Amino acid sequence: MNSVRVLILRTAGTNCDLETAHAFERAGAEVGLVHINRLKLHEVELAPYHIFAIPGGFTYGDDIAAGKILANELRRFIFDEISQFIAQGRLVLGICNGFQVLVKAGLLPDPANADGPQQVTLTYNDSGRFEDRWVWLRVVNGDRCVFTRGIGHLLHMPVAHAEGKFIAKESTVLQRLQTAGSITFEYVHPEGRPADYPWNPNGSIGGIAGICDASGRILGLMPHPERHVDPTQHPRWTREGLKHEGDGLVIFRNAVEFARKHL
Amino acid sequence: MGHSRRRREAERDSLKAYRIEVAMSPDLRDAAGEALKDDILDLGIESVRSVRTAQVYRLEGDLSRADVERIASDLLADGVSQRYSIGGSAFAEGGEQFHAVEVAYNPGVMDPVAISVLKAIADLGISGVDRASTAQRYCIEGALSEEALATITNRLLVNRVIQHLATDVERTSLPSATYRLEIRRIPITDASPEELEELSDSGQLFLDRREMAAIQDYFRGLGREPTDVELETLAQTWSEHCVHKTMRGRVDYGGHLIDGLLQSTIVRATKELAKDWCISVFEDNAGIIAFDDEYNICFKVETHNHPSALEPYGGAGTGIGGVLRDPMGTGLGAKPILSTDVFCFAPPDTPYDALPDGVLHPKRIMKGVVAGVRDYGNRMGVPTVNGAVLFDEGYLSNPVIYCGNVGLIPRNRCEKRVSPGDMIVLVGGRTGRDGIHGATFSSGELTPESEVVSAGAVQIGNPIVEKKLLDALLEAREKELYRCITDCGGGGLSSAVGEMGQDVGVLVDLEKVPLKYEGLRYDEIWISEAQERMILAVPPDKVEECLQAFADEDVEATVIGTFTGDGQLRLHYDGTPVGDLSMEFLHRGYPRSEKAAEWTPPTFGEPEFGDPGELGDWLLSLLGSWNIASKEWVVRQYDHEVQGGSVLKPLVGALCDGPGDAAVWRPRLDSYRGIAVANGINAQYGKIDPYWMAASVIDEALRQIVAVGASLDHVALLDNFSWGDPDDPQQLAGLVRACQGCYDIAKVFGTPFISGKDSLNNCYLVDGNLVSIPPTLLVSALAVVDDVRACISMDLKEPGDYLYIVGLTYEELGGSQYYCRRGLIGNRVPRVDAHASRRAMSALSRACRSGLVRSCHDCSEGGLGVAAAEMAFAGNRGLEIDLARVSTGEQISRNDYLLFSESNSRFLVEVHPDRAEEFEAVLGDVRHARIGVVCEEGRFVARGLGGENVMDLEIAAMREAWQAPLRW
Repeated sequence: MNSVRVLILRTAGTNCDLETAHAFERAGAEVGLVHINRLKLHEVELAPYHIFAIPGGFTYGDDIAAGKILANELRRFIFDEISQFIAQGRLVLGICNGFQVLVKAGLLPDPANADGPQQVTLTYNDSGRFEDRWVWLRVVNGDRCVFTRGIGHLLHMPVAHAEGKFIAKESTVLQRLQTAGSITFEYVHPEGRPADYPWNPNGSIGGIAGICDASGRILGLMPHPERHVDPTQHPRWTREGLKHEGDGLVIFRNAVEFARKHL
Repeated sequence: MGHSRRRREAERDSLKAYRIEVAMSPDLRDAAGEALKDDILDLGIESVRSVRTAQVYRLEGDLSRADVERIASDLLADGVSQRYSIGGSAFAEGGEQFHAVEVAYNPGVMDPVAISVLKAIADLGISGVDRASTAQRYCIEGALSEEALATITNRLLVNRVIQHLATDVERTSLPSATYRLEIRRIPITDASPEELEELSDSGQLFLDRREMAAIQDYFRGLGREPTDVELETLAQTWSEHCVHKTMRGRVDYGGHLIDGLLQSTIVRATKELAKDWCISVFEDNAGIIAFDDEYNICFKVETHNHPSALEPYGGAGTGIGGVLRDPMGTGLGAKPILSTDVFCFAPPDTPYDALPDGVLHPKRIMKGVVAGVRDYGNRMGVPTVNGAVLFDEGYLSNPVIYCGNVGLIPRNRCEKRVSPGDMIVLVGGRTGRDGIHGATFSSGELTPESEVVSAGAVQIGNPIVEKKLLDALLEAREKELYRCITDCGGGGLSSAVGEMGQDVGVLVDLEKVPLKYEGLRYDEIWISEAQERMILAVPPDKVEECLQAFADEDVEATVIGTFTGDGQLRLHYDGTPVGDLSMEFLHRGYPRSEKAAEWTPPTFGEPEFGDPGELGDWLLSLLGSWNIASKEWVVRQYDHEVQGGSVLKPLVGALCDGPGDAAVWRPRLDSYRGIAVANGINAQYGKIDPYWMAASVIDEALRQIVAVGASLDHVALLDNFSWGDPDDPQQLAGLVRACQGCYDIAKVFGTPFISGKDSLNNCYLVDGNLVSIPPTLLVSALAVVDDVRACISMDLKEPGDYLYIVGLTYEELGGSQYYCRRGLIGNRVPRVDAHASRRAMSALSRACRSGLVRSCHDCSEGGLGVAAAEMAFAGNRGLEIDLARVSTGEQISRNDYLLFSESNSRFLVEVHPDRAEEFEAVLGDVRHARIGVVCEEGRFVARGLGGENVMDLEIAAMREAWQAPLRW
């Protein structure tokens, strides 16, 4: 079987790198944890990898705004490499802080317009503070995005962030995203209907928890699928029993299997 | 634009200084502003209509206007959610009811955002920015008197310990000041005892007469006077904080001589228990125990009380930053894997007019402390998995802040040793005047000529510097690039280098230490407590590779000296000797402390009130009391799941809102072997007798371990004392009694102490009298769990299941929350029959291992009533209990006593009826009773001794009572 190689980007303040690596390994990939300095200095190249993942954390302390400084760095120093990586149809995943980076670097929702004005952003939670809580996610346009193909049920996983409220510059932007099928995850009530706080933990417009680009190969989401790959991570396993696997694992497996077949 | 504003801007341009203000777009929620509005309402000021906040950035340097535009639009402001103004306000301002307050950091205070801004501007390809600083601006709308605005500003917006109100000519950063070496010698060899004492006072050395005399003798022997840095080094090394004089000294306890309180009680228990899984105890920065074939686990808890009282956010943040460096400095460096934090405050509803001068309101302290721990811990990527928050009036002037951390370390990385010839390498943050004692605090009136820049005793941490340091350190550890490591905490380089080199000797070139700003004297460099620094001993042939490993991760690493082998502590500045002490005298030359302790048992009024009959209202009142109420507001702000090992979270149950017992964690994602972590603490029992407080809090910590299904077989304890004035014989006697309680009880449980900490002198002046905080002992327990999949949670599971109580109830309500709620203390403090308790816990562990237990919760504050209520609403189930069936150790004739007694060593256990017989058989002669049954219907019903209903409450009402107080 072909090996699938994942580059997990690290820098000052990255802190979900090891559990993200674990999730990809559990899904059958080979993982390299690479500091951005290695990419900037071309000591490591992005090209040999199939999947580029930016994990959660507080890169540069969330100073100025969450993800902003790393996004700035990506744009200034390795944007050509990333653009080429994307042009080759390879996969990009941003979780939590990684999602904030993708949005602020212009790679989501539309990498082709990365140089234009930012269309969407992730801003401060309505609660005004960092919160760690479990949410339910409905997969919207499941087949549109390679990471979510075949998922027909709600996914349960935690969010842990202070700046996760998804908003768009104008309502037309939101409509375009909807029409293009770029909305991948919505926060919902445990029964699957739209819901307010706390099920929508941050006040995101339309309950948007994650989006993908038009190709369906770049995904960003605020919740942490890597924190629910093992059944003991579920908050109620002592009442509901141990499941076969955590809900988040399928996202990593989809990506790895897609890469194995197509990349 | 008005004429004056235009002129001001012109001036700024000529200075090449720019001010950029960034605020949320007006159509978006400003959550920080809304939270502040609520806080203002809390102050009793009702006229504020809105509060909006802005971030202010000041840049200085050779910048074009176009550069600044680009910095503002591409970097500082979000194009979707925010707007900005260069040189002006980001708000539409004006009108009489518009008030703006801008708060900036004092010179020398850490401004992490400013450091990031400089990096990001450089990344943009814009050079020429010399300095950056940040400030917060608040725009408050509403009719406010000057007095009301001042109240808001002082109570909520500015803390003058680290901040000031910004002015029009605010400078971005520190002026440079050059330093010319000037060695200062302090004449002591001819001083009289009185003069020595005065010298100690005026120099804030906190050395007593005997200690000063020992120093005088030493320098008489050398035939010279000490330099200032030599005296400072001795004062720091001999401080209570560093050598724990009281705990290691001699105590005359009512005529009985105790030679080394710590050694003869807590350390003795560990020695006598002699567990083979104890790898390193009371030696390194944290205690180490075995975990599995490849890894060990280390654990340490620290206090950070005084800084948190002055500046709660910075104090608590640097508190957790400091305790994280304990595992990092243990062995050759452990990876911090989880934190547990315990705080003690005065009640948040304390009236403002009850605050002594200079004391911050407890609600503000609590919010600041929680935010500080949150921001530092979350940014470090270390989960805060549980903790406790206690409230008592006795903590008004002196809150207690415990930060604990567990680390994971490979078994072959636990030993360290310095070799002569090794280089001293300082890694991490830069050194400033942070935390230098006695530093005079200057703010505002800073001129370019000023040579005095002081950050005061309190600091703001920079967690990202520490995170980078951790990442680089673990890389360097795996490459075996250093031989020894310790952290720079209290006492700074003096403590870290002095301790590390105590067996070999050191030569330090102080001018090599990288500084945050120029102008530091050699002695300031040596004793600065700047955060995020560690010291390595690096073999000469590894130095280059080691420095490179840190540079690869953007961490500064600098050779500042050598470990010499001559047994001397030698300090140089630019080649000139400024200090030379023998390590022998420095570390073993101090006179042992000798103190007197005399215990007089306090007596409190015995309560006289009748059984109220109906107990539902009392239960609701207890559930809604500060000490018992839900701490969800705190818990959710901490990332308690990062690193992915979470098995039992702090909030459990059907709706994920019940108060879990011990937290359970998997340190390795590829294994189901885990650890359980719990805390025992009680601020009331120690008022009656610290001996039984110590016994109770050990029992409580262990109960929580057992309640999640772990066993006592592999449990290590930490002791952590926050005590009052050790020179007060009654206070010291209480400390002796607590230590004795620790020895007696831990010995029976078979649970060794592996590390600890004592913070003494937690006292404050009230009307000229020294008042001590309530005697406070935190006992933290760490258990190794063979397979986490056998763990259980405390939420009731299924209707029809039986509810058992294990253990005996006594009429022990002294210090109980029930009495507390009635304004009483009482005298009959809960005791511990450790032998019986151990038998009960062992039997319960066996029952859990056999899968007989569906849920389990220990009885602590609020007794059986509160524990049962918590199990019910956590499981979203009803419950019926019969108080007449409760197993008691004596005749108890009152329902309220049965329900709210806080007797130790008791558990409530849910068992399926089909397994009840087996469960009872496993318990054997351990006293237990089946007291009730889990119901479908959402009510908690208790029948009294006479068969009558004494309580009938809706589960939802109990949950609401419990959640409402801290729903901030």
